[in-house]
Amino acid sequence: MISRREFLQASLAASALLGVQGGWSRVAAQQSLHQDDLLQFDTFGNVSLIHITDIHAQLKPVWFREASVKLGAAPVRGQPPHLVGQDFLAHYGLDATSAMAHALTHDDFVALGQAYGRMGGMDRVATVVNAIRADRPDALLLDGGDTWHGSMTALRSNGQDMVNVMNALGVDAMTSHWEFTLGADRVDEIVSDLPFAFLGQNIFDTDWNEPVYDPYRLFERGGVRVAVIGQAFPYTPIANPSWMFPGLSFGIREQRMQDMVNEVRGQGADLVVVLSHNGFDVDRQMAARVQGIDVVLTGHTHDALPEPLLVGETLLIASGSNGKFVTRLDLDVRDGRMMGFRHKLIPVFADVIEPDADMAALIDAERAPYLNELTEVVGHTDSLLYRRGNFNGTWDDLICNALMVERDAEIALSPGVRWGPSLMPGDAITREDIYSMTAMSYGQVYRREMTGAELHGALEDIAENLFHPDPYFQQGGDMVRVGGLGYRIAVDAPMGERISDMVHLASGEAVDMDRAYMVAGWASVNEGTQGPQIWDVVESYIRQQGRVSVPESTNIEVVTG
Amino acid sequence: MGYSRRHTLAMGLGGLFVTVVPIRVSADAEGLIEAFTGGAEIVEGPLDISAPEIAENGNAVPVTVTCPDAKSIRILAPANPNPEVCTVHFGPLAGRHSLTTRIRMAETMDVIALAEMADGTFVQAAANVRVTIGGCGG
Amino acid sequence: MSGFDARPRVRVPRTASVDEVVLVRTLINHPMENGHRIDTDGNTVPRHIINRFTCTFNGETVIDMEIEPSLSANPFIEFEARVPESGEFAFTWLDDDGSVYEDSASITVG
Repeated sequence: MISRREFLQASLAASALLGVQGGWSRVAAQQSLHQDDLLQFDTFGNVSLIHITDIHAQLKPVWFREASVKLGAAPVRGQPPHLVGQDFLAHYGLDATSAMAHALTHDDFVALGQAYGRMGGMDRVATVVNAIRADRPDALLLDGGDTWHGSMTALRSNGQDMVNVMNALGVDAMTSHWEFTLGADRVDEIVSDLPFAFLGQNIFDTDWNEPVYDPYRLFERGGVRVAVIGQAFPYTPIANPSWMFPGLSFGIREQRMQDMVNEVRGQGADLVVVLSHNGFDVDRQMAARVQGIDVVLTGHTHDALPEPLLVGETLLIASGSNGKFVTRLDLDVRDGRMMGFRHKLIPVFADVIEPDADMAALIDAERAPYLNELTEVVGHTDSLLYRRGNFNGTWDDLICNALMVERDAEIALSPGVRWGPSLMPGDAITREDIYSMTAMSYGQVYRREMTGAELHGALEDIAENLFHPDPYFQQGGDMVRVGGLGYRIAVDAPMGERISDMVHLASGEAVDMDRAYMVAGWASVNEGTQGPQIWDVVESYIRQQGRVSVPESTNIEVVTG
Repeated sequence: MGYSRRHTLAMGLGGLFVTVVPIRVSADAEGLIEAFTGGAEIVEGPLDISAPEIAENGNAVPVTVTCPDAKSIRILAPANPNPEVCTVHFGPLAGRHSLTTRIRMAETMDVIALAEMADGTFVQAAANVRVTIGGCGG
Repeated sequence: MSGFDARPRVRVPRTASVDEVVLVRTLINHPMENGHRIDTDGNTVPRHIINRFTCTFNGETVIDMEIEPSLSANPFIEFEARVPESGEFAFTWLDDDGSVYEDSASITVG
């Protein structure tokens, strides 16, 4: 009697034989891409899931350079999704000059970008979704959240542009994180009109500790009953300003997840899918500890993996961010069990996939009121600008420089978020580009004194949030980005002993624990933070500069082991 | 309304919440445990304590303690200026002997539960809860 | 009384079967001043807490709880009670200042 795990492993092996999942790596090696090849898929089983996540309101195609440093805590280091660059390519058997190397890794990003172009665009995503639905009309489209935030148009319309686009795309269910930075009232206003399920088994009220949103929804698809359980980002009230949604409590709530799995199985669910914004490492642990989940559609950490990761008998799917990828997962569900799968991480190469005309028109209409503002050129960049990875990227350094110059500060702090597209050398920097790195409902820039000891304590605390060996204790983002400050980080040391050799770069002197430094930063989670908006500060700085060139930072020394 | 140093002394920085003044040194947790047990030995037993891994709000951290055979359960937050949280005595009409409440936590610590069992023995359990400055998540 | 409205609220089921274990949940508005807070004028705010909570059913004890300053403001207390017959839960919260706040809830068993 073959076990289910053996069935699933056989599915994995079969897809590996095709090249990386479905044969596009062979196509990509020919450096000639066609829409039909990108979408090619031999329909399998009886249920199809389509997964998109972390779009961050990017309606148009973007450059998005993946991480060069994505260490993870020691127990999972060197495993997906913590492989980058050559290690990633070797692990998945990808050619270094292939389209997927461009899509999934950072090496030669600029050169490969010339060949393969931008990725994403919700009009291209619509083409992919429509093509899958042509094969499988009842495919479920599931959105992992971080959808209504991340652009000027989303900020100005309070997320309405994204709501309209996702409604037109025909989403079946979503979960959430940054959505709540629109404020709980606005979320409820949107949800009350939403034509699909807004799911979060782990969102409770802070008074009576009762569930606030639907934990799951049941769908009949392909002759079987599919349960989709939503898991919002557990640390939303810590990572983001809880005063914007004061009545809500989140958390991992692993026991309730188990209860919900049991409940939907009790209601006859043949397939249990968790639509999650936990982040990959949290999902991996949850999948190992909660029994009875067939598929976890991961989100939050922006990882894109070309094949599923098998945890016990649970498939973990990672579909990237910013509309770069759409995952198609076909499943064979029989006798109340998932017995096999076929998977493809479809890369949305914007120059290859034809935009869907209706969606393109809708996107244009959403942008029209802001188009003059969006497209205004503020300056140019001579170097690659990106934000992605555990530590400062060049876009972060540019923002930190702006903070120090424009706000007359010695040290700058910029949040370690994962969103924000890249710009290529030679690109114009438009106002839209600046907003796509900074737009949020709490973008005020503060200016205040902090002692060296306070700075050290903050870095230690954030490092613990990132490198705690137990993923359930990891709070969410990457390291805070710093300007004017160098340091050494021993990522595997215990809390309080990771950060050393802090240097005040302007003077070249060691940071004095007792001295007060003038610090400028943005995205404070404190209510009532005063100051100009970060996008205005950055725009002013780039205008002064005209052309910017930002070398890779060498101010942070990272030590493992 | 707020009391923890996190709330009253917090200051913002790049998407962070930072605390600056060390809290007052608490009474010795050992002493508090002894005050409850009268120095009796603490043995293994079916006492569960559950709390979130990371506190969303150090002023109100949900904690659940459950111990079917307990006469009473005491909750301690040893690193707080006032480490005592509460002591619950279960009467004849208590159901499963369980209590959920919300507690103050000044910093990351092990929250301790002590149960006095029906047979007069004592059982202890702890849950580590991290109180972080937050921010940056994305 | 100081400037707050100590409004007790309780939630219990309206009906249960004989000897069923039911969930009892209570909330009360109270600042729970722990005696360490410094006000904006630099003065220490004196301790002022709910120091005891009791729940009885038809006069028999369900729980009796001693409360200390590390319990959060607006105390939330949730526990389970066994109900052998129809009757009434009585809840009391005892304030440091001598005030006693009370609430009740009835349940039909059968």
